[in-house]
Amino acid sequence: MHEMSLCESILDILKDQAARDSFTRVKRVSVDIGPLSCVEPEALRFGFDVVMKGSLAEGAALEISRPPAEALCLSCFRTVPVEERFDTCPECGSEALQVVGGEELKIRELEVV
Amino acid sequence: MCTLCGCGESHDHKHDLGHDHDHGEGHVHFGDGAAGVSVAGMSQSRLIRLEADILDKNRSYADRNRALLAGKGVLALNLVSSPGSGKTMLLVETLKQLAGRIPAAVIEGDQQTSNDADRIRETGAPALQINTGKGCHLDAHMVGHALEKLSLERQSILFIENVGNLVCPAGFDLGEACKVVILSVTEGEDKPLKYPDIFARADLMILTKTDLLPHVDFSVAAAVANARRINRKIQVLQLSARTGEGMDGWLAWLDAARTMSAGGPQEIAAE
Repeated sequence: MHEMSLCESILDILKDQAARDSFTRVKRVSVDIGPLSCVEPEALRFGFDVVMKGSLAEGAALEISRPPAEALCLSCFRTVPVEERFDTCPECGSEALQVVGGEELKIRELEVV
Repeated sequence: MCTLCGCGESHDHKHDLGHDHDHGEGHVHFGDGAAGVSVAGMSQSRLIRLEADILDKNRSYADRNRALLAGKGVLALNLVSSPGSGKTMLLVETLKQLAGRIPAAVIEGDQQTSNDADRIRETGAPALQINTGKGCHLDAHMVGHALEKLSLERQSILFIENVGNLVCPAGFDLGEACKVVILSVTEGEDKPLKYPDIFARADLMILTKTDLLPHVDFSVAAAVANARRINRKIQVLQLSARTGEGMDGWLAWLDAARTMSAGGPQEIAAE
């Protein structure tokens, strides 16, 4: 459950941002969680509610976007969609893929009051 | 309060972990943090675009650890595996072989107990136990505090034994030179496919307990092929810490990696 400590990192970022942008409550947190980021969205959702309790983001909505996982094929040099790290290139069948997208783990937007 | 990062960790911090004991030197506790409190306000809502990486804070601690280690020419390795893969046994045997030749120290990560650090200290190497409490992995902040307490010799090797877990430690950079993933032959050879993130981020895979190969249905070739499907560049070593078979290869790997992180053979000779 490292999602729990990621939620604590999110809360740290919210507190820092609250001081910087002078807000007192967070109503929504929008995050990008790549499919290859080793984070389980449901576990993050669970951890979020628990960690935000009693904070400036208690009851805030967590909106999770899933950017696509993509890899560069080192054989045919095309950028191709993948689902897993061990996928083969859907264009040429090569196993020589280098992941270039899908590892995102970031806060994209906040709705605050 | 900690002067390094501003956190509340100190020698006299309070325990919320359901235990009460004097842990003295060589022991750090985490996992008792709670969410902060703030007062709700009433005003119009607005949007703030952030693009803030959730792991940024960990990364900045990791960078700080890496700079500190580089300054001393220390080779730091983050050892990751399932529980029971033989990490501590491998470390104990490794430290015995390094003794008198290459200085080494160990940071042990476990949820509870100092058993592993105790085992390491019996070899004469300095060891510091981090108890993560409910935490399932070490993070760079914990390791930063451990580095404050551990006196590291110049151009030594620091082994960081992560919490036994093939999932959570994958995402947390500790400031190490590289991750070493340990897989014992009593586990499944498809573990690299089941837990790809950790194998994708490791430079070296060590297959341990190879003395048991005649007794188990474990195909070394299949395990290596699976690891290379995830990570084409991963290096592989096979050994048995119990019989000593294959330990030479591991010690040679350590020598080469240490020479690189210490700034070359001339630097080491000059010491």
